[in-house]
Amino acid sequence: MTDFRPLVLLVEDEPQMRRFMRATLTSHGYRLLEAGTSAEALMLASTHNPELLLLDLGLPDGDGIELTRRIREWGRMPVIVISARGREDDKVAALDAGADDYLTKPFGVNELLARMRVALRHARAGAAPSGAQAIEVGELSVDLVRREVKRGGQEVHLTPIEYKLLVLLAQNAGKVLTHQHILKEVWGPAYANQPHYVRVHMAELRKKIEANPARPKWLVTEPGVGYRLRDRSVDDAGA
Amino acid sequence: MNDPESRPDPDALVRRAYEEEGREKRARLRIFFGFAPGVGKTYRMLQVARERAIEQKLDVVAGIVETHGRAETEALLEGLDVLSRRKVEYRGRALDELDLDAALARRPKILLLDELAHTNAPGSRHAKRWQDAIELLDAGIDVYTTVNVQHVESLNDVVAQITGIQVRETIPDSILERADEIELVDIAPEELLARLREGKVYLPEQAKRATAHFFKRGNLLALRELALRRTAERVDVDMREYREQHGVVTPWPAGERILVCISPAPSSGRLMRAASRMAAGLRAPWVAAYVESPAVKAPSEADRARLESHLRLAEMLGGTVTRLSGTSISEALLRYARKHNVTRIIIGKPTHSRLRDRLRGSLLDEVVRGSGDVDVHVISGSESAETAPVPAEAPKEPTRAVMYGWAVLLVVATTVLAAAVHAVYPVPDLEVLYVLAVMLAAVRFGRGPSILAAALGVAGYDFFFVPPFHTLNVADARYFLTFAMMFGVGLLLSELTARIQRQEQDARHREAWTAALYELSRDLAAADDTEAVAAAVARHAEQVFEATAHVLQSVDDGAMRAVAVAPAATSLDSADLAVARWAFEHARPSGLGTDTLPGSKIVCAPLTVRGAPLGVLVLAPKGTTPLGAEQRAFLDAFCRQAAFAFDRVRLTSEANTAALRAKTEEMRSSLLSAVSHDLRTPLSAITGAATALRDDGGLGANTRAELLDSICEEAERLERLVANLLDMTRLEAGPVALKREWVPLEELVGSALTRLERKLGERPVNVAIAEALPLLSVDPVLFEQVFINLFENAARYTSPGSPIEVLARSEPGVVLIEVADAGPGLPAGSESRIFEKFYRGGHTGSAGAGLGLAICKAIVEAHGGTITAENRRPSGANFRIRVPIPGVAPSISSHVEEARP
Repeated sequence: MTDFRPLVLLVEDEPQMRRFMRATLTSHGYRLLEAGTSAEALMLASTHNPELLLLDLGLPDGDGIELTRRIREWGRMPVIVISARGREDDKVAALDAGADDYLTKPFGVNELLARMRVALRHARAGAAPSGAQAIEVGELSVDLVRREVKRGGQEVHLTPIEYKLLVLLAQNAGKVLTHQHILKEVWGPAYANQPHYVRVHMAELRKKIEANPARPKWLVTEPGVGYRLRDRSVDDAGA
Repeated sequence: MNDPESRPDPDALVRRAYEEEGREKRARLRIFFGFAPGVGKTYRMLQVARERAIEQKLDVVAGIVETHGRAETEALLEGLDVLSRRKVEYRGRALDELDLDAALARRPKILLLDELAHTNAPGSRHAKRWQDAIELLDAGIDVYTTVNVQHVESLNDVVAQITGIQVRETIPDSILERADEIELVDIAPEELLARLREGKVYLPEQAKRATAHFFKRGNLLALRELALRRTAERVDVDMREYREQHGVVTPWPAGERILVCISPAPSSGRLMRAASRMAAGLRAPWVAAYVESPAVKAPSEADRARLESHLRLAEMLGGTVTRLSGTSISEALLRYARKHNVTRIIIGKPTHSRLRDRLRGSLLDEVVRGSGDVDVHVISGSESAETAPVPAEAPKEPTRAVMYGWAVLLVVATTVLAAAVHAVYPVPDLEVLYVLAVMLAAVRFGRGPSILAAALGVAGYDFFFVPPFHTLNVADARYFLTFAMMFGVGLLLSELTARIQRQEQDARHREAWTAALYELSRDLAAADDTEAVAAAVARHAEQVFEATAHVLQSVDDGAMRAVAVAPAATSLDSADLAVARWAFEHARPSGLGTDTLPGSKIVCAPLTVRGAPLGVLVLAPKGTTPLGAEQRAFLDAFCRQAAFAFDRVRLTSEANTAALRAKTEEMRSSLLSAVSHDLRTPLSAITGAATALRDDGGLGANTRAELLDSICEEAERLERLVANLLDMTRLEAGPVALKREWVPLEELVGSALTRLERKLGERPVNVAIAEALPLLSVDPVLFEQVFINLFENAARYTSPGSPIEVLARSEPGVVLIEVADAGPGLPAGSESRIFEKFYRGGHTGSAGAGLGLAICKAIVEAHGGTITAENRRPSGANFRIRVPIPGVAPSISSHVEEARP
């Protein structure tokens, strides 16, 4: 009998963390593979082809970022890195190396499950042919054909840049996007060193799509890393 | 009660202790002592050195060995390491000298150094080879050397008397005393003469001329006796020392102390040599005293130079030097003698006539009369035999002749005036006018002109006003009395006036120096770090000594570094620095006018406190004249004061460091108590709740939910605390590496509010950011933390529905951000203290570790900004942040539409 429960590879060396994750994930319908070192992780990933990787960046035998890069050489499965606060550079490096999202220690169960759901959903959507004509995120709707944006049914007027920003964020709803990634996608690789472009246009975009731009609910900043368009449908599920 | 005058001099006791201590580890000096050239000193030295090198396997190096081409001597050199010599070019002649630096660098166990009395070529570090030896010994290298008896300073004049040859190359007696072993190399004079005839004795060119006279049997016998006696004295001393060290009771020899009274007169040299010999015999210290007194006529430039050379000679002969002052020389001497337990006073035999003693009182008489139980030795000083170097007489003041001219004019004017008065109103006592003129001349033109005026006055008075008029004849014999009185009064007046003037001049000099020292001390008192002290010292030294002044201190690798220079922008070359370094390392002056490196253009005076050098004052006089004796004395006082200031600053900074350490210690303990409390409270709550959930099956659903909530809350609190501690540590660990980016303020505030979404709940937050506010150039992650901490603080101390306001506007050069709440406000008077670490504003329990605001302050200040707090009306706290805007924010709009469509 084939088990359809998603297979998750947990790369973590702390026994307490493994115990907590094992308990949580198995009770929420995941199958679990566990690795304590990056060598073990690479071996398990290549032999079992898991659907998702949870990777602690603080492994004793090496660099989680390097592991991400090596897995990306052959595999497309989503990678969520776990790291401590204050290590924003590591997170950005991991994301740039191909990780899909990150979690900051300590984190709650809800946050963990939400990130996993977003990652799995994007992985599955990415595998299917991309023929979506509209994206709905919360009370926002983006019509990709007519290039129209509506908030609560009201049309919102955006500049071309803002529109491109919003589409990029909406297509990756729930996922964090680094400044670098956004700059590259919207402005092109030549603008990689101008993070303030993103910041200024994000501020403008917030004024148009947020009810209270001073206390953003949707377009949130991930300090030191980038931005995330919240996906409440995912965030709230299972809470 | 103790009689203070009979107590032993503590200096002597200290010195004794010091000598004993030094003897243990210091290097050994061995002298091979002979009575004439050719006795075989070098040969003997090499023999001993070979034994050491071959039998004891010691590292022996020949620094300077003069074999004079003798084969048997050269054979002994074989197998010994020979140091290559330093070639010096002097007046077209190539001279070989000891390479002192190479010897110091080579660091052998034993260094052979022939001819200790040798004078080094100009430009060498030391003027004399014996000084090289001292430096080698100080560096811990044993020195073997050779000396002939005629080179011993205290025997110098005796040898001159015997042989008729004045030997100029001398070594101080102190170095003989310093020697650990003196080995007499002796042969019979007959044998020496035989060797001389056989041509086995090498003699330097200049000595050959004197050979005939020198190598007479009688001379050699006398010299041999001298050498034997000197060695015997030494053996005697060694014996006594041995007995003392081994508890053999002998009379305490330190009771003797000799004082020799010296003057600029050339005979003083002889007195000092006599004192030195007597002191060596008695094993007593001796002091050379020079008394400055207004009763003595002011010393001329030449006298002063001679006095200075006497004082140097005293030091060379192993004596100490003291300068006394007083109105009477005898009183000053006796006062010193009583105070310092002097047992013998040496005085020169008077050479002037008895008449002078009758008139002025005799120094010898006074001293003998007042000496009490002190012995007084009177020694003849044959002035002609002395060859003390006397520099050429300083040129007389050019104004002298003019002064005499003025005196003549004055007398002429007086005569004219007297004639006028006499014509109008004949008064009998016109001589008073002349006396007045003499007085005037004494005051204005000095002694000589006033005497001239007195003589002329008598003549003028006689010529014009004493009958018969217009002749120098005198009709009435009574007038002779008048003349004598006039002349006598004139002389007395001139003497008195001159003395007063000299005293006044001295006083002015002293006052000027006192004022200079006072000003220095005033500036030094205001200086509170090494740099400031050094700057003050350099500035004052420049003014007072009219020279370029550098203050140097030693840096870690031993090199000297200029801390202050006056006038600015002058520098020392490496040779000068070497001179300074020598002065620093040996805590003795060096350079121009001293014994060490006198060829240098600079004077280096060490700044020492309790014998430890703290720095060096380097003076480069504008000309090349050495400092005079008085200036040197003043330089000593100057340096002492400067050294004390350096010492004070150093001690202060040490005290500050200690205080800082204590404060850090206090901080650490406060941190520990805060952290342990704040870590334990949530941990206890979590442990309690978790064990209750695990062990107590009878809990109701509500209670379970409550306990679970409490676990989550407390865990979160712990997480915040740890994060704060980490932040604080990182911010305090040193300069924070800011990752500045251009960020809109909205994003920072918005992001902070989003992160605190749950904590702030539905509390109203009013954000009013000015429309055209420029981008901030800040580290976004750190600066967001400022807002998080401020909002958290507001949430913690105000009721749930109470609003928070954020205002921002730009001011010239800065952006002003205000975060205000409507809570109870800050405790009065705590507005600045709340930014201190671990300050909790009187709240306990609910508060964090009191780090939040300290972190805010550290972050804002790392960005060059400020943060302040105040209470607002009617109630609430208001935090103001000012962040500077560095440069112009990059423009955005121009690039916006360049983006790919």
